[in-house]
Amino acid sequence: MANIVQFENVGLRYGTGQETLSDVSFTLSTGSFYFLTGASGAGKTSLLKLLYLAQRPSRGLIRLFGEDAVTLPRKRLPGFRRRIGVVFQDFRLVPHLSAYDNIALPLRVSGVPESDVEAPVREMLAWVGLSDRVQAKPPTLSGGEQQRVAIARAVIGRPEILVADEPTGNVDPDMAERLLHLFDSLNRLGTTVVVATHDFHLLGRIPGAHMMRLDKGRLLDPTGSLRFPPVPLEDEA
Amino acid sequence: MSVRLITSAADRRLLDESRGTRAMTWIMAIMLFLTVLAAALGLGTLSAATLLDRQLAGRLTVQIVEPVEHSREAQTVAAMDALHRLPEVVKATEVGRAQLAELLRPWLGPDGADPDLPVPAMIDVDLGIGSDAAVARVTHAVMAAAPAARVDRHEAWMSPISRFMNLITWLAAGLVLLMAAATAAVVLLAARAGLETHRDTIEVLHMLGSTDVQVARLFQRRIALDTLFGGVLGTALAIGTVVLIGVQLTALGSDLLGGLDLSSRDWVLLGLFPIAFALLATVAARLAVLGVLRRNL
Repeated sequence: MANIVQFENVGLRYGTGQETLSDVSFTLSTGSFYFLTGASGAGKTSLLKLLYLAQRPSRGLIRLFGEDAVTLPRKRLPGFRRRIGVVFQDFRLVPHLSAYDNIALPLRVSGVPESDVEAPVREMLAWVGLSDRVQAKPPTLSGGEQQRVAIARAVIGRPEILVADEPTGNVDPDMAERLLHLFDSLNRLGTTVVVATHDFHLLGRIPGAHMMRLDKGRLLDPTGSLRFPPVPLEDEA
Repeated sequence: MSVRLITSAADRRLLDESRGTRAMTWIMAIMLFLTVLAAALGLGTLSAATLLDRQLAGRLTVQIVEPVEHSREAQTVAAMDALHRLPEVVKATEVGRAQLAELLRPWLGPDGADPDLPVPAMIDVDLGIGSDAAVARVTHAVMAAAPAARVDRHEAWMSPISRFMNLITWLAAGLVLLMAAATAAVVLLAARAGLETHRDTIEVLHMLGSTDVQVARLFQRRIALDTLFGGVLGTALAIGTVVLIGVQLTALGSDLLGGLDLSSRDWVLLGLFPIAFALLATVAARLAVLGVLRRNL
């Protein structure tokens, strides 16, 4: 299977501080499912930021979709970003837009005609169980509802890579399972999924998923297949 | 470079309209009010100066400065004959004694009408073409016929006024340019402030694959509309003020100030100011936003 992502000796340093990520090397195969685990502060969010092109590395090589993402000209970033769906840890919904408009954003940004926006948005709203909150604005939604809107927004454009940072952190176990099922469905359609999570219970839900474990900015198990049950590290336990 | 103003309703919702105080509209109203007033002044003085130049270009006054009355009269007749023979002269009229006395009244009072007062004879001359060569030919012919004659070009007396009017025109043009520059600067600051206010939304848009041009379009549309609405308001007020001043000038009945008139072309030009400034604001907003965004990843 072709590699959709390749990291080679990637280091990331914010300002003049210590490296947040050091010598991170791994490859992600097209159409695979990955869990990224690690304790808080291990560098999961930083690694995801590199993955969804919110940050450039301080050193090393990153190849995305077969191209060098480190030296990618700025004007080509939007095209790459449209191929990546992101569920941010803090949701990053636009507060003055309704749930509908938030979910429709990726389609509108990509220039999808307005007549072709409504059906997929309503379908996604139904999928995440928010059909009755179409016009609700994020400040009026609960944390779990906001998270579901954020997930719907990330997947509506059928991205080639889906990156989710703690996507089930604010939802109940039933909803967590439904969302994971949604990710799994997307994965079966060919999307490469990377889910950063603390939740070890989730790991067993996706058969065949791979696990990457970060510890203090270093990747411990770059291409390890998921073990059942995964053994948590001492500080993750 | 595309300067598309029309965005979809969904695009328009992207920037939180309730956050802005829409102070821009009022600032633009004031800017356009002052700009249109300056432009009206410039166009008015330009039209007055043009009219004055046209009126004075071919006008001469011939004075026969001869203290002996019969000699003065003989030279006046000779000068009139010479003038009437010249093809350059369209019209030559001797100013009558009563009219001269009236002209002298402010300085001499009723004594100006004293028939014993040796007042120079005056001939008002209108040339078809007021070129230097034509004036030289007329002067030569008059001097040959009447040695006591003195020929004065009206242009020479009125040129300081004409120069002053031209100065006012240039000053007004300078003011219009300064106001345009100030408008661009205000737009620049407003666009930067807007970017700061909507930083989170823009970051999300970028992460979803929005291009800088898409983001810039949101700002340029909003700023263009603010400028257009404010501009129309300011221009309407300024045009009202100009009309009011025009009525006052007409009531004064001054020949000189009467030249400060605006043609229909001038009115159309003033009416185009809000559109021109809206376009200027659009371009300034676009450049400002793209400039700031380019510095981010």
